[in-house]
Amino acid sequence: MREQVKAAKRINILKLRSLLPTLTLIPLFAVWPEVAEAKEPGAEEIRFWLNNVWVLLAAFLVFVMHLGFAALESGLTRSKNTVNILFKNVTIVAIGLLTYACVGFNLMYPGEASAGGWFGFAGFWINAPANGMTAAYADGKYTYWTDFIFQGMFAATAATIVSGAVAERAKLSSFLVFSTVLVALVYPVVGMWHWGGGWLSAAGFHDFAGSTIVHSVGGWAALAGVMVIGPRHGKYVGDTVKPIIGHNVPLAAIGVFLLWFGWYGFNGGSVLSAEPGAISLVVVTTSLAAAAGVLAASVMSRIVQKKVDLTMALNGALAGLVGVTAGADVLTPFQAVIVGAIAGVFVLLAVIGIDRIKLDDPVGAISVHLICGIWGTLAVGIFAADKSFLTQLKGVGMTAVFVFSVSFGVFWLLKKTVGVRVSEEEELRGLDIEEHGMESYGGFQIFTLN
Amino acid sequence: MKLVIAYIRPEALQSVKAALTEAQVHRVSVTNALGCGAQKGYSKSYRGAVNEINLLKKVRVEIAINDDFEQATIDAICGAAKTGNIGDGKIFVMPLERCIRIRTGEEGDDAIG
Repeated sequence: MREQVKAAKRINILKLRSLLPTLTLIPLFAVWPEVAEAKEPGAEEIRFWLNNVWVLLAAFLVFVMHLGFAALESGLTRSKNTVNILFKNVTIVAIGLLTYACVGFNLMYPGEASAGGWFGFAGFWINAPANGMTAAYADGKYTYWTDFIFQGMFAATAATIVSGAVAERAKLSSFLVFSTVLVALVYPVVGMWHWGGGWLSAAGFHDFAGSTIVHSVGGWAALAGVMVIGPRHGKYVGDTVKPIIGHNVPLAAIGVFLLWFGWYGFNGGSVLSAEPGAISLVVVTTSLAAAAGVLAASVMSRIVQKKVDLTMALNGALAGLVGVTAGADVLTPFQAVIVGAIAGVFVLLAVIGIDRIKLDDPVGAISVHLICGIWGTLAVGIFAADKSFLTQLKGVGMTAVFVFSVSFGVFWLLKKTVGVRVSEEEELRGLDIEEHGMESYGGFQIFTLN
Repeated sequence: MKLVIAYIRPEALQSVKAALTEAQVHRVSVTNALGCGAQKGYSKSYRGAVNEINLLKKVRVEIAINDDFEQATIDAICGAAKTGNIGDGKIFVMPLERCIRIRTGEEGDDAIG
């Protein structure tokens, strides 16, 4: 009996619930009859929505690359510096986004006024133009805010590259000052030359998603930093190179997988629309180049080092990715394999060669981002029929001169004033305790070998 | 035969090892250790709260040597581990009764060298 009453009540409630939406619609019909017959979005509008969602999704994937950098850099360095490197990774994302909103975006995209030029500035802070939220803003590809967030995620990646190269001895405060200059001023100016409609784009230079504009900008800055700051204590004793072994290889591997994953947004999103043919080609060339990079670096590692070194295979993946970034939209899948494989060979030779000349780069950032960034940019001139090798070379050269000299100057100034590296005692004890008063692995006893 | 046990700063390990090699002392055992002495420890913070660390990370180095290497070993460790600040560590030297090399069954001075 009781069961029946309960069941009956339940049915009543269900009926009521199903009626509710209809009930709430009644006043709408009464007051705004036009809502009921809202017009279907047209094909153009649907395309605008899809494009915008894809570019936003790509921005989120580029954000994931910061997680990849954080994992890779902390894995390839010692446990006594893990808090420090993670702190740098998280603050660079923050500094990158804020400075890009303040000045970076308007330096990089100053608008028509400076088309074909070297420098332009559209004023402080981001403000959406009148048509910023409509299809008219960018040919139905994305809104103003999407444009900003996608480009802003890119900006921070250039500074993150430096953090790995100067890890384990750079002074935190000086590094943060340098990163701010790099991400707020240097990166956007170079970006403007090409993507902002400056002189490089007028000259016919092609760098699809930033082998030069992002990766070698970070790479040149990293090289300047490593040269000014000097090697880690105990890395070069006399003429011998003493390896300083990273404390967590699984973490480094996770980092590389995440970077590879994020690269689908980095390259795929750089199409700047969801045009089916273009994004699918870019994703294929990106994947094949990374795969070729892994195998080429592994084979080279077997030949040169006699055993296959996992960190070289991981670097090979990144080398292939950086290499294909400039031409992901114009290379054929087969050409992408060649570009990736050559990048994989280059990265191994560069890691060993850069160590020989006593430039201490704990994570191989210069080899991956600078050497392979240059190679990828030049490869476009070699493989793509309508691109000029000389123009590509000019872009690489001017980026080198500008970024390296400014970075070297800023690091040198910091060295002469506040200092760019921690004391030897602090370096030996670890930056975690000295700079942060924290440990990354509380409760674990970790052997401090070097 | 003597057994030398030294507690040193972890960051001094590399230079101590190099100094021992220089003094022709090639056989050492190293373990992690926690200890406290006059150095009193240091403070670290976690989520805003300060945490006093009294037991400091040290490295324990054990070396079995023949008597004629005793002073050379001590000099090597002192030279390399000394910063002049509190917390450089201590060296203990004790007589060693027997020493046997497992692989060959050799005993005494031969087994140590």
